Amino acid sequence: MTTQAMAEVGTAEPKKVKGTPRWGDLLLRILAGLVLLYLFLPIFVIVLFSFNDPKGKFNYSWQGFTLKNWADPFKYPPLTEALKLSLNVAAVSTAVALVLGSLVAIALVRQRFRGQTAVDTFLVIPLTAPEVVMGAALLTLFLDLGWAAGYATIVISHIAFEISFIAMTVRARMRGFDWTLEDASMDLGASPTRTFFKVTLPLIVPGIVAAAMLSFALSLDDFIITYFVSGSTVTYPLYVNAAVKAAVPPQINVLATAILGISLLLLAVGTLYRRKRIEA
Amino acid sequence: MAGAATSNRQRSKLAPYLMILPALAYLGIFFVVPFFSLARTSLSSSGGSVYLPTLEFNWDFGNYLEAFSHYQDQIIRTFVYALVATVLCVLLAFPLAYVIAFKAGRYKNLILGLVILPFFVTFLIRTIAWKTILADDGWVVGALGSVGLLPSEGRLLSTSWAVIGGLTYNWIIFMILPLYVSLEKIDPRLMEASKDLYSTNRRSFTKVILPLSMPGVLAGSLLVFIPASGDFINADYLGSTQTTMIGNVIQKQFLVVKDYPAAAALSMVLMLIILVGVLLYTRALGTEDLV
Repeated sequence: MTTQAMAEVGTAEPKKVKGTPRWGDLLLRILAGLVLLYLFLPIFVIVLFSFNDPKGKFNYSWQGFTLKNWADPFKYPPLTEALKLSLNVAAVSTAVALVLGSLVAIALVRQRFRGQTAVDTFLVIPLTAPEVVMGAALLTLFLDLGWAAGYATIVISHIAFEISFIAMTVRARMRGFDWTLEDASMDLGASPTRTFFKVTLPLIVPGIVAAAMLSFALSLDDFIITYFVSGSTVTYPLYVNAAVKAAVPPQINVLATAILGISLLLLAVGTLYRRKRIEA
Repeated sequence: MAGAATSNRQRSKLAPYLMILPALAYLGIFFVVPFFSLARTSLSSSGGSVYLPTLEFNWDFGNYLEAFSHYQDQIIRTFVYALVATVLCVLLAFPLAYVIAFKAGRYKNLILGLVILPFFVTFLIRTIAWKTILADDGWVVGALGSVGLLPSEGRLLSTSWAVIGGLTYNWIIFMILPLYVSLEKIDPRLMEASKDLYSTNRRSFTKVILPLSMPGVLAGSLLVFIPASGDFINADYLGSTQTTMIGNVIQKQFLVVKDYPAAAALSMVLMLIILVGVLLYTRALGTEDLV
């Protein structure tokens, strides 16, 4: 039922506005195109400069085309180590935050309980705190507790900012589902466990996957909070920041371009998969 | 989880609390308590030696006076930059969100994907790319100089506009998406109705589209303004010592100078100003569609 509705939305006629003069319409499209170009301008530069052959330590001005950066993307072990650490932090923190955040989201959508609005509001607050303040607050806590800054404090801090994002994403995706399907399944004789695995789980999994991807990306990209609580531990964004002060190797661009390419691939696969499911 | 699977609510009265408890406890310890630590530090005085600094909690409000008097310029600059960046985000995001919502037809999802794509590259690396684009010997400075828009010794990097441009670029996505969502919800028949009632295009825009897109503008403004006012990367990479923001000072005081009370007081000031600003702004524009 829901897939059919989605298919209808997908194939719906584009909304038309009657009587808009041609030139105004054209101007608007050109403006939108320029803004899109603006969004991509730095990306073009990043991809282009991954093929640069810089003289000196900084990869800021174009010197000449080379493929040698791509031939040796892991030339700088500290960069590779930093990237590995960031992937590790993102995976561990997302795994923990996913359990905590999804449980809250499921409770908020599927249950009625006292204090529900209060919990709702409380979950939004971490999303509105500026990162520099959250980082500073966590640092003062760790100082008060006498905990040494490092891997553990980074993971703890990442979980703290991921929970709200995950809870909000899962909750948004779960709203508006037809939960009477669960009752139908049990009326047809399925046990609660079977109902959970055959009906409930398939309904909530897409939301949880989306939340996990968002959380992973946020963790991988986080600089400000990590900067405050990392001590001498170096994650990928921290390595990049240190490089800006000392030396920027083109391998930074190579890895960034590779990450972009992989994201693009995942995005395309996800879109095709969804389209296939809607068609089926 | 069993609570989610059963429709018998009587039996699972405790279940929702068991489900929310772990997350709330975690956020209590690692989100709420840190703010008490921050407040406490901001009211302490530092003592001891350079090698063994100590903090003593003694309601020292002097840190706040110092924050205001020493860093007045940075505080004002921060909010001017964040405000200008937010306005620029609205102006740039509107045509794009409008075209995606009403004109893109079957390319809608493709364009939305393209809009999100640049943000898969680490924030810092995107900002470094802007450093390259705006460089003194770069083609943008050259082009602007040759058409006379920039004086011969003029530069873009290390100016206020470079910092504001960086802030705009890095958070515009948080304006485009909510704006698109609120425009998408508008029933096109409302526009047809206004045309049928002899409204001009401009009038339909100001009387129909603009009011109905306000929830998106409101949400987007908060999502841009808050992180922009706490940022220090753009000022650090694209600015100069004349363009430092509160974030730069907090970062330096905490991690380089290690004057924790002053840095904590400044963080509290930043947060309080943002909080007051957000309250006034949401009060003025209404909050129904915010979350």
